Parts: sequence; structure tokens; C-alpha cells
Amino acid sequence: MISLAGYEKVILPDIPNLNQIAVYEKHGGYEGLKKAVSLSQDDVINEVKKSGLRGRGGAGFPTGLKWSFMPKGDKVRYLACNGDEGEPGTFKDRQIFEFNPHLFIEGTLIACYAMGIKTAYVYIRGEYVKWINILQASLDEAYAKGYVGQNILGKGFNTDIVIHRGAGAYICGEESSLMNSLEGKRPYPRIKPPFPAQVGLWGQPTTINNIETLANAAVILRKGADWYSKIGAEKHPGPVLYGISGHVNKPGVYEGPTGMSLKELIYDVAGGIKNGKKLKAVIPGGSSTPILTPESVEKATMDADGLRAVGTSMGTAGIIVMDEDTDLVEALHILSKFYHHESCGQCTPCREGTGWLEKIVGKFAAGTATQQDYDLLLKICANMEGRTVCALADAAAWPVRNTITRFKEEFEARMIENKNKAGWDYSMKAVSGV
Amino acid sequence: MFSFTKENLQRIEAEKKKYPTVESAVMPVLWIAQEQNGNWLSEAAIKATADVLDLSPAHVIGVASFYTMYNKQPVGKYHLQVCSNISCSLLGAKKLIHHLENKLAITHGETTQDGLYTFSEVECLGSCGTAPAMQINDDYHENLTIEKMDELLKGLEK
Ligand SMILES: Cc1cc2nc3c(=O)[nH]c(=O)nc-3n(C[C@H](O)[C@H](O)[C@H](O)COP(=O)(O)O)c2cc1C
Ligand code: SF4
Ligand code: FES
Repeated sequence: MISLAGYEKVILPDIPNLNQIAVYEKHGGYEGLKKAVSLSQDDVINEVKKSGLRGRGGAGFPTGLKWSFMPKGDKVRYLACNGDEGEPGTFKDRQIFEFNPHLFIEGTLIACYAMGIKTAYVYIRGEYVKWINILQASLDEAYAKGYVGQNILGKGFNTDIVIHRGAGAYICGEESSLMNSLEGKRPYPRIKPPFPAQVGLWGQPTTINNIETLANAAVILRKGADWYSKIGAEKHPGPVLYGISGHVNKPGVYEGPTGMSLKELIYDVAGGIKNGKKLKAVIPGGSSTPILTPESVEKATMDADGLRAVGTSMGTAGIIVMDEDTDLVEALHILSKFYHHESCGQCTPCREGTGWLEKIVGKFAAGTATQQDYDLLLKICANMEGRTVCALADAAAWPVRNTITRFKEEFEARMIENKNKAGWDYSMKAVSGV
Repeated sequence: MFSFTKENLQRIEAEKKKYPTVESAVMPVLWIAQEQNGNWLSEAAIKATADVLDLSPAHVIGVASFYTMYNKQPVGKYHLQVCSNISCSLLGAKKLIHHLENKLAITHGETTQDGLYTFSEVECLGSCGTAPAMQINDDYHENLTIEKMDELLKGLEK
């Protein structure tokens, strides 16, 4: 069994002032970049492929494979580093900016070297002013030391890194919306194909990676793919930042190997459920991932296969824990409201569907829903899933479908026909007993 | 009336250089405009943004209106932005919001008569592990309780 015992932290190690370049260098910093530039571009991509790294932004796409999609030749091409971090329950990339910004910068440079990219844009959500400033200071240091800019490490390789501040729109975390946002357009997601590796930023080949993914790339080059691929789950290896929030005694971001048991994370790492309460439900990977019952939590391991086996996915590894007093109807209402608010409105099934989901889940919250409403929710979900330009519609539908089916009794209890039996306090509108 | 200060015009030139097209600088320039204009974007500020980038005001409005953080109306000296998304709500955000609304006698999107406070309910701030959370202007305040919130507000009035 994979466990935290004996695990050595590499993304967020306990080293004070690691954000300062001298400290970072003393602890092996920029060695991965030096290694990378001593290899051919293809060898760097192969090393990342061999490591087994999969994207940490939500979709879990194999990173080396993504890099290999970039066409060869001397076309101008771009890297977009995704630090939009808007998925509810996700708060990990900001830890990298704050505690190990150079690891991210180093990974970005390695990606740029491997793909022949001369400009990387770091898209950071607009609220993160503090973290933008921290990253900018580290970036200035890295420029001053010759790791970023012209003729890096004397190897004739040039890359600039530019920070771009978002302005409060969850959809901009979706990669094609992010590109339109960077281009100064209204940030509507783009229809695929063409894929970004063919037609991306300003019409040029582009790769989009999450901040944590790029930090991992630096670790891979420093320590080697063989070392890396032995960490955690065999088919979904590496270190991962678990963000644990909700009703636990010690919420926070914890680094560990992939494949840890969800139980160990909740009960040991995060100190168990607050106030000695019982567990009701867990959302394992950010708000879009299907919710789990306590029986599934018992079995789940935090990797692609382990979570697929219990009908959910890894997403951003943002684990939201809910105790026995949680009102799941109200919790779902919050999420449905969020997706409705954040839909860009471009596709009819999403624009209309997210509105209907919010409204009907709201009827359950208010105690005015019927069996017909329950059936209607499932129908609306079916009409949204897989029918839109981007995955926001799916991200809105999955929590509804899975919460109302996996916790059916709780929704049934809120139907008009069962109202008298249930004894809910409809005036309270609090999500939990806290 | 609104026109960019000389210093801000220099900053705008620097922003333009970061992108291959001038249009791409619209977000950073809107940030500069909002900052110079007292934390909101007036029609004149939008117009000035459009002018320095050689874009139509309609295009700039189209961009600005998409994002919640570009303020389309004046906001108070202190913009209180409280997260009401899932992790914060699990730990009492709704109660905090209720308390704040009662205390200041305003609801989402409103500003107190003295122009000191604007209250906004916002989506996940990326502070779920230190919930409940809020921003006062750009600063984060986390692990909030009603008492802590009252203290914070007291500190601001001085
Ligand atoms: C609605 C929506 C929002 C997203 N938000 C983010 C985000 O905030 N950060 C992120 O890295 N990826 C986000 N993604 C995923 C990106 O589209 C993309 O898959 C990811 O950045 C790729 O990086 P990776 O391969 O390194 O994981 C979002 C996707 C969708 C559909
Ligand atoms: S699915 Fe929703 S968010 Fe995505 S492009 Fe369509 S309308 Fe916009
Ligand atoms: S849910 Fe409030 S900060 Fe994430």
C-alpha cells in the first residue's frame, strides 16, 4: 500500500526561504535545467514521457505526449502556464508560487527548451495579487542570474517568461478560453479541432500546462525519470499536492505520492473529521468530480485507476470533506449556482442547462420539488454532457447527476410529497451545523 | 474626464511590448485604468483604454464586462469580497455573510452611504484550506469567524 511513511517531499519541501534563488540553488535548484540543456530536445521530451507524469490541471493528460504534439520547425510557438486555479476546492498552485516559485520557473524553462519556445505566459487568477508579486520577484532574480532571457546558461537558448493577470472568470482556466483571454478577446472557449499544438495563441503552436505539472517537470529532470516513475501509483506516478478542505481537523495542502488511500489522507494526514463527527461524503478532486459515499471512500486510492474504480476522478486532487450534518442539497445548490454563474453562455445546452440545474436544485433546497423535478434533473444532465464546446457543461452536470443518485434519499426527503416525514428546517439555509 | 498619467502611459507602453499584438494588452491596461480611476472603470476610463490601444470602445466594454473584477460601478474604499462557495460554506460562510449584511445594512453589490464599504459575495478564492475566506481590496483574510471579521472592520474604520 502506498503511504506517506518514508516519503520525501520534493515539490514543497520544508526548507525556509526556498523562494530565494540562492537557497534554491543550494538545494539542487536549476540542476534540472542544466541537465535538460545538455540533452537534445527530443531526449527531454522522452524523459518526461518515461516518467509517466500526467497533467495536474484536472484532465490528467500525459505531459510528455502533449509536448510531443508540438510540430517541429522554426514556427513561433508558445507555452501558456495555467495558474488560473478557479476550481472550487483547489488551492495548491498558490503554494508553489509562495514556497517554491523557482521550481515552477525551472520547469517552465525546461518545457520551453524541449519544445523550442521563446515566450511563456503565466496566466494567474486576478485575485492572486500577493502571489503574482512573489512570482515576479523570483522571476526578476532568475533573469538577473541568467536563467531566463537571452542565451540561457550560455547555450544560445532564449526564453522570456511573462506574467498575465486574470480578472475573475473561472472559464479562463479552460485552455482555449485562456488563450482568447491572453489575446485580449472575449474569453470564449474555442471549438476543437484545431488543437492548440496546431493553432493556439495568436494562431501559433501552443502548449498549455498547469503550474504543478511544470514544477513536476523540473523534478523529473533533476532526479531522473526512473526515480520519478517509482513514486506512487504505477500508472499515474509522481508527487502530488493534495488540497484537503471542509470538515477536517487540519485542512491544508499536503504533498504525498499519488495512489495514497483517501482514508489515510482524511483521517491521518488531515487529522480526521472535526468534532468527532461521522463522515457523510467526499468530493475527491475539485468541485467537478463526482462525489463519494463513505463506503467508496473506504476503498478509494488517489490515482486515475483507483478513483475510476469508485466512479470518480482525480481532477485537481482538491479533496472536500463533508461531515454527517452537511446539507448535501444545499451544497449541491451552491455548486450549481457557481456553474451557472461561470457559464460563458456560448452553447445553448450549457447556458440554459446550468440555469435549469440551479433552479431545480434550488427547489429541492426550498422543499418545493417533486419526483418530476428529480427526473428532469437527470434529463437535463443527459442533454448537457458531451454536447458543448468545452467541458464546463460536463463539470456542471456531473456533480448533479452523481449527488442526486448516490445520495438519493436526501433528495427524496426534500420532495413535497415527503416533506412532513423529513423534518428539515427549510428556513435555515445553512450548509452545515458549524 | 479621464486621461492616463504620464507614468501610466509608460507602464502601458511596457505592457504592450509583452505581447505580439497590441489588442492583447487590453487586460493589463484595464487594470491600470481601474487603479488610476479609484478602483472602477468609468465610461471615460474605458474610452481612454480603447484609445491607447486603438480599439473600439465597444470591444473594450465587451472584454471588461466579461470579468467580475473589473468594476463597472464605483466601489467603496474597502471592497469586502466574501467567498460563499463550497468549502467556505461548509465552515460557516453563510453566517458570516448574514452578519456582515446586517451590520452594514447592504447586500451583494451594494455600497454603504458613506462610501466606505462595498460588499460582494464571490466564488472560490483559492483559500479553501483556510476557510472561510474573504478579500478586503487585494488582501486575503482567512480562517474567519464573526469575531475576527468584526475586529478587521474595526481596524479599517480608524
Ligand atoms: C471550465 C474549466 C476550467 C478549468 N480551470 C483550470 C484551472 O484553473 N487551472 C488548470 O490548470 N486547468 C484548468 N482546466 C483544465 C485546462 O483546460 C487544461 O486541461 C490544463 O490546464 C492542462 O494542463 P495539464 O495538462 O498540465 O493538466 C480547466 C478546464 C475547464 C473545462
Ligand atoms: S460549455 Fe458552457 S462554458 Fe463551455 S463554451 Fe459552452 S457555454 Fe461556454
Ligand atoms: S470555497 Fe471559499 S476559498 Fe475556496
